[in-house]
Amino acid sequence: MTHPTPRDEPPLTYLDHAASTPVRPEVRAAMAPCATEIFGHASGSHRQARAARTALEDAREQLAALLGAEPREVVFTSGGTESDNLAVFGVLGAARRARGKEGGPTIAISSAVEHSAVLEPCRVAAQRLEDVEHRAIGVDASGAIDLDELAAMLRAEGAKVALVSVMLANNEVGTVQPLADVAELVGRLAPHAALHTDAVQAAPWLDLAAAASGADLVSISAHKLGGPKGAGALVVRGDRRLDAIVVGGGQERERRAGTHDVAGAVGLATALAASAACRDEEAVRVGALRDRLADGICSTVPDVLETAGRKGVLPGHCHLCFTGVDREELVVLLDASGVCVSGGAACASGALEPSHVLAAMGVAREAARGAIRFSLGHTTTAADVDRALAVVPEAVGRLRA
Amino acid sequence: MRVLVAMSGGVDSSVAAALCVDAGHEVVGATLKLWGGPSDSGCCSVADVDDARRVAQQLGVAHHVFNFADEFKDDVVGPYVAEHARGRTPNPCIECNRHIKFDRLLERAHRLGFDRLATGHHAQVRAVRRDGRDRFELRRGADASKDQSYVLSMLGQAQLERVVFPVGHLTKAHVRAEARRLGLRTAAKPDSQDVCFVHGGAGRGGFLGERLELHPASIVDGETGEALGTVDAVELVTVGQRRGIVAAGARRYAVDVDVPSRRVTVATAERAAVDEVELDPRGVTWVDAPLRDGDDAFAQMSAHGKPARCTVHFDEVTDTRDVTTPGDDAAVNHTPQRRLRVRFVAPQRPVAPGQTLAWYAASDRDLVVGAGIVAAPGRRLGDGALR
Repeated sequence: MTHPTPRDEPPLTYLDHAASTPVRPEVRAAMAPCATEIFGHASGSHRQARAARTALEDAREQLAALLGAEPREVVFTSGGTESDNLAVFGVLGAARRARGKEGGPTIAISSAVEHSAVLEPCRVAAQRLEDVEHRAIGVDASGAIDLDELAAMLRAEGAKVALVSVMLANNEVGTVQPLADVAELVGRLAPHAALHTDAVQAAPWLDLAAAASGADLVSISAHKLGGPKGAGALVVRGDRRLDAIVVGGGQERERRAGTHDVAGAVGLATALAASAACRDEEAVRVGALRDRLADGICSTVPDVLETAGRKGVLPGHCHLCFTGVDREELVVLLDASGVCVSGGAACASGALEPSHVLAAMGVAREAARGAIRFSLGHTTTAADVDRALAVVPEAVGRLRA
Repeated sequence: MRVLVAMSGGVDSSVAAALCVDAGHEVVGATLKLWGGPSDSGCCSVADVDDARRVAQQLGVAHHVFNFADEFKDDVVGPYVAEHARGRTPNPCIECNRHIKFDRLLERAHRLGFDRLATGHHAQVRAVRRDGRDRFELRRGADASKDQSYVLSMLGQAQLERVVFPVGHLTKAHVRAEARRLGLRTAAKPDSQDVCFVHGGAGRGGFLGERLELHPASIVDGETGEALGTVDAVELVTVGQRRGIVAAGARRYAVDVDVPSRRVTVATAERAAVDEVELDPRGVTWVDAPLRDGDDAFAQMSAHGKPARCTVHFDEVTDTRDVTTPGDDAAVNHTPQRRLRVRFVAPQRPVAPGQTLAWYAASDRDLVVGAGIVAAPGRRLGDGALR
């Protein structure tokens, strides 16, 4: 069945970089040899295997340096979700076994606004593993974790806490979390707990070597950085015991089995390197575009809430709540004009689910109903912002009429 | 024209979308997420959404998923449960059409700039000129065995003006042939049979049992008053049903379900037959001109039931004690009530309160005239009367 040619489609205005972002040309170039010359199984013993292994280890070292870690602390995975799963199940499984029959629950603490790739493993671990509990810490109106509530929880539970997971920046609204403060509290009040941070959304914008230095485990994902989908990594500092979830051939020091995705690893490292090389300039450039977009919309459209404010938010994020509008409808209208944005997380069927992040932030239901995330990235231009500003106010007006 | 096609993931709506594309319209497909509960295996499950999405991809049209789960819970599932608690048997597919598909979805389509909403229903809309105005007729689908006009009988001019049924003039066989010709993934997919939120396994009983306290009841013979046995769950008994009525002797049908008294009244087929039913006058809808007192029509009381000749009576009643006012236990009213009776030419099987009665024109039994909801168990007149 042939695809009929689409009618004249409006130009693409892609403003969903937080979901995924185009692969950088240098990443494609770096990955290309993996399909042709460097195709061996990296675990093998011959020349072809060595070539693959070398490429893999080059990528690992490059990544480690950018992340402020040792090469042996980098575990390659299939992406951010797997990294988060490995962190949560890995730490909790090992902790539970170590605790043994000693009694008392094993506790995982996370913020209430974590990505489902952290919240779901916490929930499932609590369900599947005996005597494991998950506690969620609230956030303030800007989406930042409530440090007092966290401190109180740590004091109350102390040695029972095996894992604390707080994302470095929130994917929906872009709030940067006070991870250094969290690390200080955990170090002081629950020193045996592992601190994990999901740095998937923050990686393009923050120097993780500095910003995530206090975390014991750090998740990143290639495709948020201009790398390929299907590749990510988990930094596991020190000699921490982790229960692997993918077991088999023992690769990645028994932490993650499976034939290495050398292309993916190369793509991930190259993407992070490319992103890091111009990080500061990009933060300024994209931040300015974001400001123009947000200011433009807020000045022409009444009843709009800048959900997380502007301070302490990633430079590419512009999350707005249009009161009196259904976000599903706004996404469809904008899509018809070529503007690609996100109305929120989707469930298995693709339908939008109510946002646990906005609920935790105390955003009113009427406002949350009209929540749209615009997210800018490395390929966003002034023309994108111009087109968005030409389309958004009219679309909103139409739905409110 | 810009057409939004409601795509359930079934073959009918798949072909409906294809036909709209062929006709040169700007088409966008949408699948509704209505229910994500454990019985997510009926219509519009995740698998169905994937099928609909794939068909849209094959046709080269955009596809969206609309989450109407909250509204569905409020407008369809909630009332479904509440009505059963009162011993009534609503038709949730009709309520979904009434509140969700041809109300909320239709409004959304309009807001999004679509000229029409298309579905895969087997029914037909025909534009006619009457008294110098454009009117819209709702007619049965061409394939009588698949006709769905009954579940669409609540529609009126405002909806019909903006709705199209692209497969309504085709037979099911033709629809499937067309799907195969286009190589659509859904060509051989079986039709969904059950209510979309009720799982085949546990069934209606299982679904309601999780949401309602079910109570045993006695089975009583309507003629003699004799106690004949019991049922496990009075809330699951439907007027007109025969299955599950365990009683000695001739087969009996439920003619009344009294939840508060925990009593199911039964009668033999001959004695159970009804001559007339009463409808809730507040719940009546007309496609166009209403029937008037004394008009003849055909009445259809189920999706594929045989239409029955009837006459419609609107009675003005000032003595409210005569009026059955469903939804209220006591009609404390001092204003004149209208009472709507449908008198059948020939005795009919009893109809459960909560069921829809659709009228078709006396002179044209493919033409839908309107619909109402049965308010009370029907009755036999003359010496056949049970009460």
